[in-house]
Amino acid sequence: MQFMLLFSRQGKLRLQKWYVPLCDKEKKKITRELVQTVLARKPKMCSFLEWRDLKIVYKRYASLYFCCAIEDQDNELITLEIIHRYVELLDKYFGSVCELDIIFNFEKAYFILDEFLLGGEAQETSKKNVLKAIEQADLLQECKTEKHESFVNPSCI
Amino acid sequence: MALKIVKGSIDRMFDKNLQDLVRGIRNHKEDEAKYISTCIDEIKQELKQDNIAVKANAVCKLTYLQMLGYDVSWAAFNIVEVMSSSKFTYKRIGYLAASQCFHESTDVIMLTTNQIRKDLSSPNQYDTGVALTGLSCFVTPDLARDLANDIMTLMSHTKPYIRKKAVLIMYKVFLKYPESLRPAFPRLKEKLEDPDPGVQSAAVNVICELARRNPKNYLSLAPLFFKLMTSSTNNWVLIKIIKLFGALTPLEPRLGKKLIEPLTNLIHSTSAMSLLYECVNTVYIDVNTPPLPSLSLSLCLYLSLPPQLCVQKLRILIEDSDQNLKYLGLLAMSKILKTHPKSVQSHKDLILQCLDDKDESIRLRALDLLYGMVSKKNLMEIVKKLMLHVDKAEGTTYRDELLTKIIDICSQSNYQYITNFEWYISILVELTRLEGTRHGHLIASQMLDVAIRVKAIRGFAVAQMATLLDNAHLLTGNMQRMGICEVLYAAAWICGEFSEHLENPMQTLEAMLRPKVATLPGHIQAVYVQNAAKLFATVLKSQEGNTDSTAAQETSQLMIDRLPLFVQSANLEVQERASCILQLVKYIQKLQQKDVEVAEEVSALFAGELNPVAPKAQKKVPVPEGLDLDSWINEPPSESESEDEQPKAIFAKEEPKHSRPRREEVDEKELAKRREARKQEQANNPFYIKASPSSQKVYQEAPGVEHIPVVQIDLSVPLKVPGLPMSDQYVKLEEERRQKERAEKKKKEKKKRKEKRSGRGKKHDSGPESEEDITPAHQVDIVTEEMPENALPSDDDDKDPNDPHKILILHIVKTFVYDIQGNLQDGSQVVVSVIFENKCDSFLKSMEFNVLDSLNSKLQRPEGSGPHDGLTVPFQLPPGVSNEARFVFTVQSIIMPQKLKGTLTFIVKDSSTHEKLDFKLHFTCTSYLITTPCYSDAFAKLLESGDLKCSSVRLEGVNMPFHHLLARICFHHHFSVVERIDSCASMYSRSIQGHHVCLLVKTVSIDAKCDEPTLLGNVLDEIKQTFSQC
Repeated sequence: MQFMLLFSRQGKLRLQKWYVPLCDKEKKKITRELVQTVLARKPKMCSFLEWRDLKIVYKRYASLYFCCAIEDQDNELITLEIIHRYVELLDKYFGSVCELDIIFNFEKAYFILDEFLLGGEAQETSKKNVLKAIEQADLLQECKTEKHESFVNPSCI
Repeated sequence: MALKIVKGSIDRMFDKNLQDLVRGIRNHKEDEAKYISTCIDEIKQELKQDNIAVKANAVCKLTYLQMLGYDVSWAAFNIVEVMSSSKFTYKRIGYLAASQCFHESTDVIMLTTNQIRKDLSSPNQYDTGVALTGLSCFVTPDLARDLANDIMTLMSHTKPYIRKKAVLIMYKVFLKYPESLRPAFPRLKEKLEDPDPGVQSAAVNVICELARRNPKNYLSLAPLFFKLMTSSTNNWVLIKIIKLFGALTPLEPRLGKKLIEPLTNLIHSTSAMSLLYECVNTVYIDVNTPPLPSLSLSLCLYLSLPPQLCVQKLRILIEDSDQNLKYLGLLAMSKILKTHPKSVQSHKDLILQCLDDKDESIRLRALDLLYGMVSKKNLMEIVKKLMLHVDKAEGTTYRDELLTKIIDICSQSNYQYITNFEWYISILVELTRLEGTRHGHLIASQMLDVAIRVKAIRGFAVAQMATLLDNAHLLTGNMQRMGICEVLYAAAWICGEFSEHLENPMQTLEAMLRPKVATLPGHIQAVYVQNAAKLFATVLKSQEGNTDSTAAQETSQLMIDRLPLFVQSANLEVQERASCILQLVKYIQKLQQKDVEVAEEVSALFAGELNPVAPKAQKKVPVPEGLDLDSWINEPPSESESEDEQPKAIFAKEEPKHSRPRREEVDEKELAKRREARKQEQANNPFYIKASPSSQKVYQEAPGVEHIPVVQIDLSVPLKVPGLPMSDQYVKLEEERRQKERAEKKKKEKKKRKEKRSGRGKKHDSGPESEEDITPAHQVDIVTEEMPENALPSDDDDKDPNDPHKILILHIVKTFVYDIQGNLQDGSQVVVSVIFENKCDSFLKSMEFNVLDSLNSKLQRPEGSGPHDGLTVPFQLPPGVSNEARFVFTVQSIIMPQKLKGTLTFIVKDSSTHEKLDFKLHFTCTSYLITTPCYSDAFAKLLESGDLKCSSVRLEGVNMPFHHLLARICFHHHFSVVERIDSCASMYSRSIQGHHVCLLVKTVSIDAKCDEPTLLGNVLDEIKQTFSQC
């Protein structure tokens, strides 16, 4: 996988993870172009599109678009599965996740992603193991710092 | 101090945390930029404080702002500070920020090396994990080189959590620092059998990715992966393994045979669509892609998995209601089509259904598929369906796509599938009714192409074009340059050039001189003017033939009346042609008034046919005597330009190809490029006959217009009604024609049967008619190719078996690269793995590897063979392929380096000659050393023991950073670093026979100790040599 983007229906970027070294300018350009292309697609259309020499796999969950770029030989269906797994992980971690969870705890969203994917490859296919690793790492954090302020979100998906 | 801390934490209570920042941004929707700039100022203040918690908070906020698109590169150093915090909470934030904000050109990355190394060896697995994750995002070649050893050690960590991360990140390290692959590979291979499934899957991932880039080197792992494939139940792993085999099989066809069974089982049994898709994709698709397309066909034969099985499975995908599966099914189907057109063609109905799908991307995929599915039999039917869709299509993009596809489908492989060109011309005419298309030019060039090349169709084409010109007002709605009006260009030219076929040339002439024509684009007007003159000549001829001189004079008058309109044109081309022709007609009129017959002379202006030029014509021009094409016109540029260094291949270093002259290669490339460009140009030029890729079709000299079987059809088609779809009637007519033909055939057969009175005729009787049965209504008649006058008698110019390049290449049959590794278990054994690469164009077989044994070193041969027998290499080499073989040597003493001479014999399949290649194997003392870690206390004890002899060497002229120097010694000479203090490091290695070698490395010299002084001297010499080369 080359990169993963999360953006809202309004085109606001919520999370980005790049597994290929690119300069900021290029990243911004790609993001802008892709967000436009994906948002312009009709809801009934399939989740794949060919873009430059990459394949784009995207899926919409409520108001959020999850969008991955993979190489020509990669498997689209498994990429969809990766997206789905990630959403499930977020859901388990936050407890019925919504866009605001990801906005306000964006670093957590990254931590979960980093436990799940590494260098663009799936590193752990067991959801349980990913969550365990995150929980233990969090525990390590909790011991050392004061308790995290809990945040209740008004609008959930 | 305590007060300061308290003060710091009180201050912190008033700082914004990330949530506050996010909330703030959401509350300041109107003046977001302004709000953020104040926030950034605050953050800058926070970063100046000593309190690490404040800093971490600030960095966390910066990471968020970075995502919103703000530049935070100025804070890179602060990020490094937070990374190096001892608290996990902050370290985690620091690494996250680094992984998001750093890239290869961030200069502070250099400062992080030691911090990362420290974190990697932290006792806390999460510290290590966080460092690995971060590193995977911003690893640079420098970091990769410096940390490769540390990460390699982590691959054998006790915790699977760390192992799997370390394995995955090694891939990034290999990419950045390819030299690390060789030492790390054995350990990576071990991980394929790791007890933890996560680690195992990570190793499969990495090897699969490596193999995709350079499959040759991983063939030897095939058995291991085969075992994994049959035992694993993890779909993620299976997908990767299948992908890996997809890359390996083209290199080793025998693998294909073995794979049939497990793959078929998977295809039948799996419920996971992703796995099924991967199987189908790999079996039929990946193998067809370069680098070895020539092998793919044989591979599919090898794989002899019935394509029906895959196509059936794909049908299930396409029939699924899920758009995604439908799309992928079509995508995969189009790839199978390339190799197994027959098995896909039977699903035409399904594909046509997809044209009705709501999703445009699915419709486009289906269109792509149709292109490959047409045959003579179904072309009309498919195009008819497509024409229906053209009418229904909303949105010009999709409609234009349909239009180009229709033309592509019909014109593919030199109109191979068109049996009735009248039908095709009608289709083209119908397409001109599309409004707003941008492909007018495409239709026009098709019309020109067909009219020029299919002689028999000219009469019909001219009539149709005349109708188009007559109804030009219907087309001129779209006046853009590439709009539909472009077809008038073709229409005018065809009517002018082939005017002898016109029924009523006068009417067409008038149509071409209408005042409205002046609104057309300039280049079309120019063609109008020129062809009006051609028509004028034809009209005059017929009128003078009828001795109707008044009519002829009236025609001239018409020209003189109308042409001034064009003389005034703003377009230069139109103006020039018009005024030239106007003067000509005026002169003709003068002659006519003197009752001179002019028609012959006027026609002579346009006499002679414009024939297409054969693609080979240029080549056939003989070289004039006394012209040497190879001599330089100007002196060649000096060749002193430094040759750029070749990029290093992963794992196998390619030996420089000395024997092949460099310039020749460049020339060949250049030639190929030019050839390609020329082909492109010819393809776009209707006056060139395209090279026909289909070998089935043999063009014959056409019998001439009068022999065309369906001339009568003209009567039944109302030609003069503009805009009426006529192609449908052709479909009907064609059916009738075929039926008639079939009936006739049956009659004949019946007759035959009656005559023969035997039951054998059954075979021919019913059943679907085969492709060959359909006789084309028109012969595609290639107008005799224009060749230069004194063309050389045909020397076959396609392929010359005596190509000098080939002879040259035959001599560079192969190169091989070898790697010598000691065997720890047995102190006297050394394994030499040799990579053979076939660089010639022929298949190599019966390879035999032989070495002249020395007293000290002997090649291990199987029992029963003599001391001079060669060893058979256990594989054959197709062209361009490489493979690895291992040979075991017994070595008595390892204290001296050695060179062994050997020969490799093999048979080149095409010429069946025996060839011989001499080589030398260089056993360095380094190759007897094995990287062995050593702890500093053990190291100290070893040095104190006094058993070791001392020696030293100076490194002169070496100016590289110290850590590079160490890395080189580690990689090239199998040492490991025991301890490093500033620019002084102690290193250790051990020989296969248990000698200890200890080094104390400084920037300019190496002091060394070893229990065997000869060995030590040789190792030091080798190290010195390594550095003298750089």
